[in-house]
Amino acid sequence: MTEDRLTHLRQLEAESIHIFREVAAEFSKPVMLYSIGKDSSVLLHLARKAFYPSPIPFPLLHVDTTWKFREMIEFRDNITKEYNLDLLVHINQDGVERGIGPFSHGSALHTDVMKTESLKQALNHYKFDAAFGGARRDEEASRAKERIFSFRTENHRWDPKNQRPELWNIYNARVRGGESIRAFPLSNWTELDIWQYIYLEQIPIVPLYLAKERPVVERDGMLIMVDDERMPLEPGETPEMRSVRFRTLGCYPLTGAVESTASTLPEIIQEMLVARTSERQGRLIDKDQAGSMEKKKQEGYF
Amino acid sequence: MNALDQTPASIDAYLKDQEQKTLLRFITCGSVDDGKSTLIGRLLWDSKLLFEDQLATLTSESKRIGTQGGEIDYALLLDGLQAEREQGITIDVAYRFFATDKRKFIVADTPGHEQYTRNMVTGASTADVAIILIDARKGVLTQTQRHSFLASLIGIKHVVVAINKMDLVDYDEQTFNSIVASYIDFAKDLGFESITPIPLSALQGDNVIEPSENTSWYNGPQLLPFLETVEVVKDTLDKPFRMPVQWVNRPNLDFRGFSGTIASGRISVGDGVVEPRSGHQSKIKEIVTFDGNLDTAIAGQAVTLTLEDEIDISRGDMISGLQHRPSSADQFEAKLIWMSEEELLPNRNYIIKLGSASAQARVTSLKHKINVNTLEHTAAKTLSLNEIGVCNFALDKALSFDPYEENRQTGSFILIDRFTNATVGAGVIDFALRRADNIHWQAVDIDKKSRSEQKSQKAAVLWFTGLSGSGKSTIANQLEKKLHAMGKHTYLLDGDNVRHGLNKDLGFTDADRVENIRRVGETAKLFTDAGLITLVSFISPFRSERQMARGLLAEGEFLEIYVDTPLSVCEERDIKGLYAKARAGEIKNFTGIDSDYEVPENAELILDGANLPPEDAADQVIEYLKKHDFI
Repeated sequence: MTEDRLTHLRQLEAESIHIFREVAAEFSKPVMLYSIGKDSSVLLHLARKAFYPSPIPFPLLHVDTTWKFREMIEFRDNITKEYNLDLLVHINQDGVERGIGPFSHGSALHTDVMKTESLKQALNHYKFDAAFGGARRDEEASRAKERIFSFRTENHRWDPKNQRPELWNIYNARVRGGESIRAFPLSNWTELDIWQYIYLEQIPIVPLYLAKERPVVERDGMLIMVDDERMPLEPGETPEMRSVRFRTLGCYPLTGAVESTASTLPEIIQEMLVARTSERQGRLIDKDQAGSMEKKKQEGYF
Repeated sequence: MNALDQTPASIDAYLKDQEQKTLLRFITCGSVDDGKSTLIGRLLWDSKLLFEDQLATLTSESKRIGTQGGEIDYALLLDGLQAEREQGITIDVAYRFFATDKRKFIVADTPGHEQYTRNMVTGASTADVAIILIDARKGVLTQTQRHSFLASLIGIKHVVVAINKMDLVDYDEQTFNSIVASYIDFAKDLGFESITPIPLSALQGDNVIEPSENTSWYNGPQLLPFLETVEVVKDTLDKPFRMPVQWVNRPNLDFRGFSGTIASGRISVGDGVVEPRSGHQSKIKEIVTFDGNLDTAIAGQAVTLTLEDEIDISRGDMISGLQHRPSSADQFEAKLIWMSEEELLPNRNYIIKLGSASAQARVTSLKHKINVNTLEHTAAKTLSLNEIGVCNFALDKALSFDPYEENRQTGSFILIDRFTNATVGAGVIDFALRRADNIHWQAVDIDKKSRSEQKSQKAAVLWFTGLSGSGKSTIANQLEKKLHAMGKHTYLLDGDNVRHGLNKDLGFTDADRVENIRRVGETAKLFTDAGLITLVSFISPFRSERQMARGLLAEGEFLEIYVDTPLSVCEERDIKGLYAKARAGEIKNFTGIDSDYEVPENAELILDGANLPPEDAADQVIEYLKKHDFI
């Protein structure tokens, strides 16, 4: 650093590192939730920076709904090997036995059982007292008010009315047995910051973010990629090859693709600036009703 | 945004350009209905940071619950939480983001409602600039003064006075001028480096980005251009070097680094540094980062430092330059902003978090409260929610810090309740109190262990707690007789007896009860040091006070004995006739009647005071003491 002025990305980076170190120093059993998406990629990159030259002093946890894109799982396994990460994968076996899936049971029940419930199972099982997440305050209105150290009760509930005031960069890390915090090092990043940082730091991301010819069907106004044979096609539906990319990644049946030819990072960033459609639009789960994310968060969804 | 016009070929250049942006944090504050949320909504709108689906939601919600007669209600963007939306007021701090080609902005939208002042302080703690909104029709209000004072208290140096809703006063210059004059008169003593008044209409967009034709008489800056260019004091760079150590980085035996964020100043390889509390000195060997070692690092960077010498440094310590070291003391004066429904109790122990360091802290004297509306000082015994006081603090160990005036990073702290774990206060340090430095601990050769061994016992405090009439004193008395007969050395401190002498000056308010327990705890500690088995028989209704007493003693020395007798039984016994008086309203704050008794959660021993004869209860204690090798 020859300049005497930190750019906004360097400042955001330093603040995130500070948060990582506070949590690692104050909690006895932290974990980083790893969802394989671009925010997780940035989170992982920052975690490696925060503790260098030491390895990341906590495991990563992937809550696998068994409906993730195949390319996501492949990417996850490669990254785990390359960076020599301690990765835990949790699948809600009860949900698997009951055959819960987005096509048979709908998005709401699937998300509740395979994601929210599954996450709670894993947190209880390993007795983690702090969990890093990649949520950003610019994503959604209820997140704009959430703390960086966000307190959770024994039942993993968030109480938006009773949040601890958070001042300066001093974080209250006190919890009793069973209680925990969710820590959000990317709170003050925006979607544009994330993309600029990925570009600047050349952070690996799942190729699904880049446009490519992929088999999709149009359903309820969304482009759904036919990622495996589990997707039941309705009469008249035939997958067609279209140049698409994903702005956000989740379970493939619930994640809408956008038509695009942006196959490089600069093209994505430019497309994003022109497109002006916020990123969660591609996710079915937010659409149920206004305030739905707040309800999910109170129940323990990230 | 120019990016919209870019071709893919030049987007690279655009991105390079964007990487040079700086970051500005600001807060908006004002009274309810001054238009804060509308202003921020407008800034997001004008900087094209609203996405189409957000816009669609906004349009439909404006029609449904908006307050602008179906027109776009920008305020709805900001009010994130459902309950707040229905109440129509913002009740918490919301953070919003927007960017122009010059800067990225983080906005804290803070409440105007009086009872939520703690949120304003929270939002202001990280801000460089405050936008104080004033309704042109109403002028400077009490809340305006309150928010300005809080901004000044929290160290904000640049204030924009946004005189909003100018459209509703026909853009009248005289109205603007007279509000500006009264604001400047009020704010002249608040220590702002700059005050920038701007006539605005957030709803209509006047003077937000472009000069407004409606205010042709106004020659000052527009809001957004001002925010893009205001030079926030970058003097953290010129300040002495400070880095609180967050984490000791020890991947293997050959590497020992200290990780932290540089709070102020700069550091280069070879520079001399010191850990101020121990006085140990060394030199910087390397400045380690993931991206390679640096020659120099500056305030705001998160780095890992290695030193030339093996000196003992851990989390909570500070690394400082050799010149202009911070204070290291266990007492200081600070301004305390109280943020809890439960009031501050002087002398109660709280947890202080200051930088990366934690300690126990108590307010030893509350000098005065500051009335945030008039700035007057008034005497006070406690602080309630949203009150601000000037206090002396005593800590259980020395920490390193600077006056807040000199360093916002190393002069700020939070207080945490030891039981609820809530953040109950925020403080800014005025200066260190040196008294503690000058009283040195007198080392003595004969210690507690040798005194105890001479008496063939292990010193301990047996702390009997329970309701009045539960049988504490009777059991304690029986127990002391038995121990005495066994040749053990004991002393019994009884609540009532102590109140006749040592604690004669104390009443029964919560604050006095805390002091009562503190003195008894300290006395018990001295007796323990003398090697005695000390029996304390005290109602001691609050968990935190019993915990405080426990905290004074060494691990394993404090035995909490809960005499568990139901209130109905105690009241029936009413040996001293006190319950009858309390029921008749003749005694106030009587435990069990109009003051709470907090049942112990982790008592070493629970005695059944209703059914067990006192003699048997005493035997139970003896059994416990034998089992744990005290006697």
